[in-house]
Amino acid sequence: MRWLYFIPVVIFLGVAGIAGYFLLSGENPQALPSTLIDQTVPPTDLTLLGDTSRLTATSFAAGKITLVNFFASWCLPCRAEHAQLMKLSKQQDVSLTGIAWKDKTEDARSFLQELGNPFGRVALDTSGRTGIDWGVYGVPETFIIDGMGKIRYRHVGPIMPQDIDRIQAVLDKLQP
Amino acid sequence: MTRLPLIGIFLFMTLPALAMQPEERLNDSGLEARARTISREIRCLVCQNQSIDNSDADLAHDLRRIIRERLTAGDSDAAVKDFLVARYGDFVLLRPPFRLSTIFLWLIPFAILVGGGISFWIMSRRTINPPVSLTREEQLRLEILTKDNS
Repeated sequence: MRWLYFIPVVIFLGVAGIAGYFLLSGENPQALPSTLIDQTVPPTDLTLLGDTSRLTATSFAAGKITLVNFFASWCLPCRAEHAQLMKLSKQQDVSLTGIAWKDKTEDARSFLQELGNPFGRVALDTSGRTGIDWGVYGVPETFIIDGMGKIRYRHVGPIMPQDIDRIQAVLDKLQP
Repeated sequence: MTRLPLIGIFLFMTLPALAMQPEERLNDSGLEARARTISREIRCLVCQNQSIDNSDADLAHDLRRIIRERLTAGDSDAAVKDFLVARYGDFVLLRPPFRLSTIFLWLIPFAILVGGGISFWIMSRRTINPPVSLTREEQLRLEILTKDNS
């Protein structure tokens, strides 16, 4: 019966191990999985900045990989990730679309003028409704959409230098 | 008596703050009551530990408005919840549904209760050794000691 005394120790080590694993894994515990992975882009119809055409769900099914970034001029983490977006925009085979979420047109424009514009097109989601349809619950959030218009990856929060590798791996995998 | 106003101030400071704005309220009291009930069951994705009924976050405000819009359009309570689950997943529900992925969440309390009950039963069945009677010398010492005390 001596071994019974070790049960609390074993339980403690088990709990500590599980807690330690999640603590050190670097996963953001607040990041939610997207319900839209491998689904087509939800119905979208937004005005584009400095363009008379509109951004719709079919805009994404043009054969090219698109990185969609929800941002806002009032969002501080968006400034932190901007350099990484500029870097990603240098790639030939990926087009970047920015969606200004709950932002004023003028503010979004001056934000991009100040920091540089990594986006091929910028859409305006002033009410934030389109963002809600995409399951966005805060900015920045980034989606990777394949050439068929299906959402393949979602990144919650700013894309920091250490996230680039993971995003690049997703882009490379989708490359035909 | 001079403390009374101070006590009054402190009492008022503890009143709950209502996150809901008056302009969000629907005129139809039946729909409004349903909207409040649903709101209490929907998690605020920004705070993640509050219902949208309690949260002052901008997104919570939007979701409360969407719930009212959908109810006004004639959606059932379940349809409104499905609308939100389609966008934010089961996590948006403060009361998680019973699924294969949530089976541990639901069953662990019962498992602990049963496990505790079984160990309690085993413990209570364990017989304690009957006390050994005192030796002659001990009996004598005890008598001497109790005599001294009296």
